[in-house]
Amino acid sequence: MKVTGAEIFVECLKREGVKTLFALPGGVVLKIFDVLHQQKDIDVILTRHEQGAGHMAEGYAKATGKPGVALVTSGPGMSNIVTALVDASMDSVPLVCFSGQVSTSLIGNDAFQEADNIGLSRPCTKYNFLVKDVNDLAVTIKEAFYIATTGRPGPVLVDIPKDVSMNKTDFKYPGSVSIRGYNPTYDGNKWQIKQAAEAIVKAKKPILYVGGGVIFSGASEELLELAELTQIPVDMTLMALGAFPGEHPLSMGMMGMHGTYWANMAVHYSDLVIAVGARFDDRVTGKVSEFCPHAKVIHIDIDPTSIRKNVNVDIPIVGDCKRVLRELNQIIRATVNGEQRELRKPWWDQIHEWKRAHPLTYEQDPQGPIKPQHLIKRLYELTKDRDPIVSTDVGQHQMWAAQYFTLAKPHRWLTSGGLGTMGFGFPAAMGAQAAFPNRLVLCIAGDGSVQMNMQELATAVVNKLPVKVFIVNNQYHGMVRQWQDLFYEGRYASSYLDVVPDFVKLAEAYGAVGLRAAKVSEVDDVIREALAADKPVIVDVPVDKFENCYPMIPAGGCNHEMILADPPELKKKQAAGAQVVGEDKDTVLTA
Amino acid sequence: MEHIISVTVENKFGVLSRVAGLFSGRGFNIESLSVAPSLDPSTSMMTIVTSGDDRIIEQIVKQLNKLIDVIKVVDLNESEFVERETALIKVHTKPEDRAEALRIADIFRANVVDSTSMTYTIEITGGTKKIEAIINLLQPLGIKELIRTGRVAIAREPIRPAVAQPKRVAKE
Repeated sequence: MKVTGAEIFVECLKREGVKTLFALPGGVVLKIFDVLHQQKDIDVILTRHEQGAGHMAEGYAKATGKPGVALVTSGPGMSNIVTALVDASMDSVPLVCFSGQVSTSLIGNDAFQEADNIGLSRPCTKYNFLVKDVNDLAVTIKEAFYIATTGRPGPVLVDIPKDVSMNKTDFKYPGSVSIRGYNPTYDGNKWQIKQAAEAIVKAKKPILYVGGGVIFSGASEELLELAELTQIPVDMTLMALGAFPGEHPLSMGMMGMHGTYWANMAVHYSDLVIAVGARFDDRVTGKVSEFCPHAKVIHIDIDPTSIRKNVNVDIPIVGDCKRVLRELNQIIRATVNGEQRELRKPWWDQIHEWKRAHPLTYEQDPQGPIKPQHLIKRLYELTKDRDPIVSTDVGQHQMWAAQYFTLAKPHRWLTSGGLGTMGFGFPAAMGAQAAFPNRLVLCIAGDGSVQMNMQELATAVVNKLPVKVFIVNNQYHGMVRQWQDLFYEGRYASSYLDVVPDFVKLAEAYGAVGLRAAKVSEVDDVIREALAADKPVIVDVPVDKFENCYPMIPAGGCNHEMILADPPELKKKQAAGAQVVGEDKDTVLTA
Repeated sequence: MEHIISVTVENKFGVLSRVAGLFSGRGFNIESLSVAPSLDPSTSMMTIVTSGDDRIIEQIVKQLNKLIDVIKVVDLNESEFVERETALIKVHTKPEDRAEALRIADIFRANVVDSTSMTYTIEITGGTKKIEAIINLLQPLGIKELIRTGRVAIAREPIRPAVAQPKRVAKE
């Protein structure tokens, strides 16, 4: 029996196990939406903007480990989702995005709502396809899911012209695919793994530097075993939070620009860096020429291009983190026998000393403005028993969340790392909530970031996605203001946002719950009230406007040269400026 | 250092833009690129001339390998190879220069492939130096147009010592 391309599309998605589709219709994809409308297996979540659909699909993917799927129309539909594709590309998120295209006969004619979708998405996808013939549709969709989810995951775009979705053919779904130019390496080189094992058991000051690859590879158990066997401290990148239990005595917390003092000192003074599923991003390495200057480097990654891209590697191992770690553990288990703890004792003594010297700290005056760190700490303490999924936007609040919201398990942390996409957090939380309707999903947002995809509040209300959004409201693009404080002599160019909008009223206008914690004493109660609501909740928390996020490694600085607190002259300026702001917005803290 | 990289790719639309986009997106140099179908019509061969230090070349090779439409990447500099380039040179020849133009072509074993009363079009194949040398010599006569293919290259087969053939003994 012959069926239309649109029916093939929907059937293929079902065969791939897709349960939720984040979508926004338009002229050329109406046939597909028409078929979707007449079935019940795939839940279609209509978003208010295609960027929202993209980030929701990302949130879904990060929380489940399965591919997130989005469907958008041609032209502006496609160009709107590009940011999410770039984001997914940077953070290796498995995403399959379908875009509509004008009919094949019109392609290249500058038709209405035509855009070069393949050209637009080429640099920001792992691969993309233009389907020119309905007979190729099924196999293309199969290949798209295969490419997105295997090897180093990433976004794949499938561009479907209108006539392809209307034309009919026999439906045949391929059982498997093989692509001759695409053969990811999963098993690490045995000899190299042996070399790594030897280096690891001998090292006196080793450090595990783990990245998001551990999460997508599902290698958390193996990582825990390796760390415990060898008593090696575990530094996590922003993307890896949750890959290793944050409260574990071997956990060092986050490393990098706003990482903990001890995590950064340890990597700087280590004699062996074991990088697992990480890519030596500049926010982690700081000044790359002086990154871990005393260390040998072992690098385990499934993507060969990550290895030796930024730093020299002594023992490269291309392979899947899980499989490589498993093999590594096998060798180490057979060789070590408790003496590792003894061997590493001086190293741990040093680390504890660093920890004591400069712990993460803030001062909450019970009468003063709410400190953002206090809010996040309380949020963590009041929700940790419920094993929440936490998403963030991008900026200061994101770094505070990374520092203070400790995570025990993988797939609990949704954040935009590589691209640093403001507006990511709220839709990503909704994507995770769509995957897990009964779980607690929190979004820690900034007042600047959250406005970048605020329109999705309608999607949350309509689709009953009861995410709890906590806006760390400092009336600024806080991280921009912090950089202006530290590097631009306090000239706040275009970083002041004022108190617009009133987020409580805004939430109510959308039919969500709006709450506000104005004083320190109200924080706990408001958190509890938000958690009790079964609707989407926006909690506006006005915080100390001038709180800065420390430690901080200035861009291009070395990992052991952290700024640990506001310079004294800045403190004075802020004290003076804080009074000015209320009366005259234009004369804020000019140097 | 200059490297010549030979790349086997899927022969389908969009592959060239993926390869070119990789180079421009990551700031790698392309000095020349030539592409044409190979023996197997489902694949094409690209010869890319690029330059960079060892780390950059390593990245280029790895990044090319990472492209899904790329089937095989060989850095020809890792072994011996033969390279050739063809140029078509249209020389503006005054009557008194025509003999000189032919002489130069002859010295370089180049062919005249088109001729008018005022021009010769000379076809030359060889290494880059040879092509640059003939261009230098023809320039004073007046080059009207010049087109070069970019280099193509192929690895040399390793030379094996000649094996003595066993003598055939005719059966009696």
